Amino acid sequence: MRCIIVGLIMLVLGACGQPAAAPPDASADTAASVADAALSGELTVFAAASLTEAFTALGQQFEADHPDTTIVFNFAGSQQLAQQLAQGAPVDVFASANPRQMEVAIEAGRIVSGTQQVFVRNRLVAITPADNPGAVNTLQDLTNPDLKVILAAEDVPVGGYSRDYLDKATVDPDFGSEYKDAVLANVVSYEESVKVVLTKVALGEADAGIVYSSDVTPDQADQVARIDIPDEFNTIATYPIAVVEDTAQPEPAQAFIDYVLSADGQAVLGAYGFIPVE
Amino acid sequence: MAVQPAQRTFPRLMIRRRHANIIMLVILALPLLLFVGLPLLALLLRAGLGVLLQNLANTQVMQAVGLSLMTTTLTTLLAVLMGTPLAYLLARYEFRGRNIVETMIELPMVLPPAVAGVALLMAFGRRGVLGSYLSDAGLELAFTQTAVVLAQLFVAGPFYVKAAIAGFARVEKDMKEAAAIDGAGPLATFRQITVPLTWPALSGGLVMTWARALGEFGATIIFAGNFPGRTQTMPLAIYIGFELDLSVALTLSIMLLVISFGVLLVVKGLLRQRIGSI
Repeated sequence: MRCIIVGLIMLVLGACGQPAAAPPDASADTAASVADAALSGELTVFAAASLTEAFTALGQQFEADHPDTTIVFNFAGSQQLAQQLAQGAPVDVFASANPRQMEVAIEAGRIVSGTQQVFVRNRLVAITPADNPGAVNTLQDLTNPDLKVILAAEDVPVGGYSRDYLDKATVDPDFGSEYKDAVLANVVSYEESVKVVLTKVALGEADAGIVYSSDVTPDQADQVARIDIPDEFNTIATYPIAVVEDTAQPEPAQAFIDYVLSADGQAVLGAYGFIPVE
Repeated sequence: MAVQPAQRTFPRLMIRRRHANIIMLVILALPLLLFVGLPLLALLLRAGLGVLLQNLANTQVMQAVGLSLMTTTLTTLLAVLMGTPLAYLLARYEFRGRNIVETMIELPMVLPPAVAGVALLMAFGRRGVLGSYLSDAGLELAFTQTAVVLAQLFVAGPFYVKAAIAGFARVEKDMKEAAAIDGAGPLATFRQITVPLTWPALSGGLVMTWARALGEFGATIIFAGNFPGRTQTMPLAIYIGFELDLSVALTLSIMLLVISFGVLLVVKGLLRQRIGSI
């Protein structure tokens, strides 16, 4: 009986652990042939929530180019992904919506400093429900009394960028020194992901929110109206990507990043409203 | 363990076998006990007293604790006020579709709370089935403390109703008829016969409702949003804290643990006394 129990426990523990890493391919030594080598394996990619649609499309393309590979995405707020990385989640590639959360992963020892590369940029945009119940037509209208504004929480990259925008606008006479405080006074919720801000505004639960311009996808375009934030106030978000240091499959991981940075990959990102890196 | 006099006459072998059985049972019971116990212990070990005491002074922590206690108390009261008649109806009377009604009431217990949150938005949100009319009347529920209570009531209320149905169903019809013959009115019968007899079931359900409400997260963050001091209950503060400041998350987790443990223990003690006195 005792043997059975011990056996059961071993079984459970074994099942929970990472599947044994495939031994590195012999061709790994010849770095030049990486792109041509037949890649295989399951790649786990942690990516910022704002990348959901674009990376899903990129992943499908990558899988089509490398039929033996499978990409498993985990999309969430970058701050959440960075925490999960710091707590030891088994991941191969991390794509963050800001350098700060990449820094969290570096400090946790999961990514080697200097290996991260900026792969895309993004800009902020204010949105309202399509029928605009709060009559928000300008950025100044965000301070109107009794308006319901939702922002991402401060630690979510877009939440930090939103505050940067408010700070920049507040020093401009067109907005006035009360601008930031007045907008924040209208905030009814700090959400944990940019996609939640988008959904709740699209549902009409809030009168306005701030998201990335790439979030207003063609699918969403008939549900939300956008108010552009001028360049001088806009904080251009930079997205870094890196291979996780202890990945069991550095080759496909690097190949995926190379693909994201390639002309094809950048074109896909551009099609989803991101600003490609030159 | 005291050996009963009667057992002394049993052959030694029987006693030995009994001991062997108990040891076997303990071995079989141990894995789950350890599995549940270890993470709870780990929370306490990881936080340390210093961090705990330091965070007790944190306003966001105390706001979350206060809000949680206030909303869960309200939720439990509402569950009793509205759940008792419903449970009595379902326990006492046979009617067509009774099974369907009872199953519907139990549904929130098995639904993922996120489903509850979306459902509440669809019903009571600004564009919701009922919410749109409420909104026209100037009453908006989403992102308010009322929404926090509604989310808790939806998810946790059924625990009380289910327990109360079981309790009411056990009270013999004869006993109430006897009371009626003795001249007791329906209300007096309910107060003096039904409630005392079902008290253990009712209070058990009450505690389950309260405990489930205290832990409510998914429906709350979707329907009520996350705003410190307004809708950010302890579980929300723990979730956000996990990304922002782990020590806040640890402190709140431990407080939640201690409060829940204390209440469950006290209620169990009270129940045992009550049952003993009947």
